[in-house]
Amino acid sequence: MHVVVCVKQVPDATNVRINPETNTLMREGVESIVNPFDEYALEEALRLKDQFGARVSVVSMGPPQATVVLREAMARGADDGVLVSGRAFGGADTLATSYTISQAIKKLCDGGKPDLVLFGKQAIDGDTAQVGPGVSEFLDVPLITYVRSLKMDAEGNFEVESIMDDGANVIQGKLPAVMTVLKEASVPRFASLSGWMAAKRAQVAVYDEKTVNADPDKIGLKGSPTKVVTIFPPPTKTGGKKIDCRSDKQVAVDAIMKLLKEKGIA
Amino acid sequence: MADAPIFIDPKKCIGCGKCLKGCGFDALSMVASDANRAKRIAQVDPAACKACYACVGTCPVKAITEVKIEVFGTKDLDSYRNIWVFAEQNHGKIADVAFELLAKAKTLQKQRGDGCKLAAVLLGHNLTDEMCQSLIAGGADIVYKVDDPNLDNYEANVYVDACSQLIVKHKPEVILAGATAVGRAFFARVAVKVRTGLTADCTQLKVESTKNKDTGVMQMLLHQTRPAFGGNIMATIMTPNHRPQMATVRPRVFKRGTPDPKHSGEVIAEVLKLIAPQTRLVSSVRNADDVDIAGAEILVSGGRGLKKAENFEMLFKLAKLIGAEVAVSRAVVDAGWCTASRQVGQTGKTVCPKLYLAFGISGAIQHLEGMRASDTIIAVNSDPNAPIFGVADLGIVGDLFEILPALVAALEQQKQ
Repeated sequence: MHVVVCVKQVPDATNVRINPETNTLMREGVESIVNPFDEYALEEALRLKDQFGARVSVVSMGPPQATVVLREAMARGADDGVLVSGRAFGGADTLATSYTISQAIKKLCDGGKPDLVLFGKQAIDGDTAQVGPGVSEFLDVPLITYVRSLKMDAEGNFEVESIMDDGANVIQGKLPAVMTVLKEASVPRFASLSGWMAAKRAQVAVYDEKTVNADPDKIGLKGSPTKVVTIFPPPTKTGGKKIDCRSDKQVAVDAIMKLLKEKGIA
Repeated sequence: MADAPIFIDPKKCIGCGKCLKGCGFDALSMVASDANRAKRIAQVDPAACKACYACVGTCPVKAITEVKIEVFGTKDLDSYRNIWVFAEQNHGKIADVAFELLAKAKTLQKQRGDGCKLAAVLLGHNLTDEMCQSLIAGGADIVYKVDDPNLDNYEANVYVDACSQLIVKHKPEVILAGATAVGRAFFARVAVKVRTGLTADCTQLKVESTKNKDTGVMQMLLHQTRPAFGGNIMATIMTPNHRPQMATVRPRVFKRGTPDPKHSGEVIAEVLKLIAPQTRLVSSVRNADDVDIAGAEILVSGGRGLKKAENFEMLFKLAKLIGAEVAVSRAVVDAGWCTASRQVGQTGKTVCPKLYLAFGISGAIQHLEGMRASDTIIAVNSDPNAPIFGVADLGIVGDLFEILPALVAALEQQKQ
C-alpha cells in the first residue's frame, strides 16, 4: 500500500495583515507553520503504516524552505518526502496547483497512481479546499471529502464517515482514492528524538517543472484561470459605544435592556 | 510536455517491449523504473505519440490504456452564455442556499444584460414538479433537471460527471454553488474537469464591463470577492480567459428573495449517460444535537470567559427569555464544554442574526469572520482591549458573572 500525503507550509494566518498604503501583503515576521489540518491527514497515513506497513510519502509544493515541513513529517514516521519547487510554479491558482501536484505524484509513482492520497480538509491561508478534489480529477480516482473516521483492510477496502452539513454519511469503497481529512479523525503523534535525527539526515527529493514533466502552459501564473485583481483590507465595522461597567453592573444591564427594547426583543 | 494520449501503468508493465514494435511513430521507449532501478518499463513520448492507440492491443498484460484528453474553456469565450445556479437538494428538499444564490444571480443577470438567462441545475432521483416550480418562482428561467437513480444519494463522483456533462453541452458563462459540504467538494472537481477557475467562499459578486489585462478587450466579467488569510484580507478575483466563471458562496451570505409565482420558466429534462457511483452509501447519521444556530434570529454566544461548562446554564436561561439560540466560540468546543454544532467562526458556522450577544468572547479573527455580518452586536468582556469590541455596536467592559445574572433577573422581572 502506498499512501501519499500532501502537506502545505502556510503563514500563521492570524498574523497576516495588509499594508494600507501599498495594499500588499505584509508577510515579514510572520511565522511559517505546517497547515494544521494536514497533520491529521499525515496521522491517518501513519496509522496505515502501523497496520499494514504502508509506504508513506509526503509531498509539498512551495519554496525551498518548505523542506522543513517534509522533514517534520518524516520525523513522525513518513518514509520519503518530495518538495515540488521551482520558479515556473509561482503564482499558481488551485487548478495549476492541482495539476502540478498530480504530476509530481505521478512522477513519484513512475507515471502510475498511489493507492491513497490524503489531504487536510483545507489550508488555512487560502481556505479554498479545492486542491484535494482537483488532484482527484487529474489522477482520475474517486474523491471522498471531509473524512472524520477511516477504517481500512489490507486489501484496500475502506469504510469512512464523511461529514455533511447536517450529519455524516458512512461510505464504503475500494482504493485507489483521494480523501480530505478532518481533525476529528485523529490525534497527531509527536516526532521522536530518533525520528528527528533520521529525518535530519534523510534525502528530500526536489522536483522542478522538468522532473514532473509539466506542460509549461498549465503551471504557474500562465496555467491559472483565476487572476487576483485587487486585494484590500476588509471593511472594518468600527466599534460602536463602549462602556466601562467594571464598577457598576447596573449601568451594563440598563444599557443592554435599552438596546433590547429598541430592537423589540425585551 | 503535454499529457500523453496513452497511459502505461508501471505496476503492470513487465518490460517485454512488445509495444515498441506496435508503435508506428517511434513514440515508445524502454527506460529504467524510478521505483525499482532493476526493472525496465515502457515510456511514451507525448510529443511523438499520434494517439493511434495501436500499442494498446500489443500489450500482453493490458498495461496500456487510452487517455481521453478534453480541452475546452479557453476557446470561443463568446459561445458561453447564461448564468447558472446549482440547486442543491437533499431527499426532495432544496437547500436554502440555492434560493439565496438565485436571488443574487437575478441581480447578476440584470448587470450582464444582453439576453442573459438564469438557469438552475437540479440533480437527483424522483425529482418533483414542485421542486422545479419553486426554482422558477425563485427566478430561474430554465431548470435543467437530471433525474437518474445514480443521483439518488449524493455521491461526489457521479455529481461531478452530471454537472460537467451539462456544462460541456450548454456552455454557461457563470455558474454558482453553495459552499456547503456538497458544493465545496464536487464543484471543485467539476472546475478542474472543465479546466476553468473557481473562487471559493465569495462574499460579494458583481458583473461589470472590465478590460482584459491579457488581450486589452473589454469583457463582461464576474468580479468575485472573498476573504483570505482568516479574513484579514479581501481579494477580488476574476476568470478572464476561461469559461464558465465558477464561484461558491457560503449559506446566508446573500439574502433569499421573495418567490414570484408569476415568473415563468422552462423545465428541461436532461437524460445523461452517467458513470456508476464510485463509493457505496451504507448509512447516514444526522447530528444528534440538531440545533440550527445559522437560522436563529437572535444568538447568545459564550466563550472561554465563562470558565466552565456549568456556567452555560446562565446563557441558556437568557436565551430562553429572549427567544434566542445559544452559540459558542471555538475555545468552548475545544475545551469539550459543548458540541461543534453550536460553534461560530471560520471552522464553525457563519451566522448573521439580527442580534448577537457575546459573553466572554475575546474575538479571535476566526470568530469575528463568522459573525461580523450580524445586524447588531453586543459584547460583554472583562478585557477593555478585547478585539470583539472592534465590531460591537454596544461594548460592555465588565464582569460577566455579575452582569449576566443581573440581566437575567431584569428580564424575568419584566416578564412578570
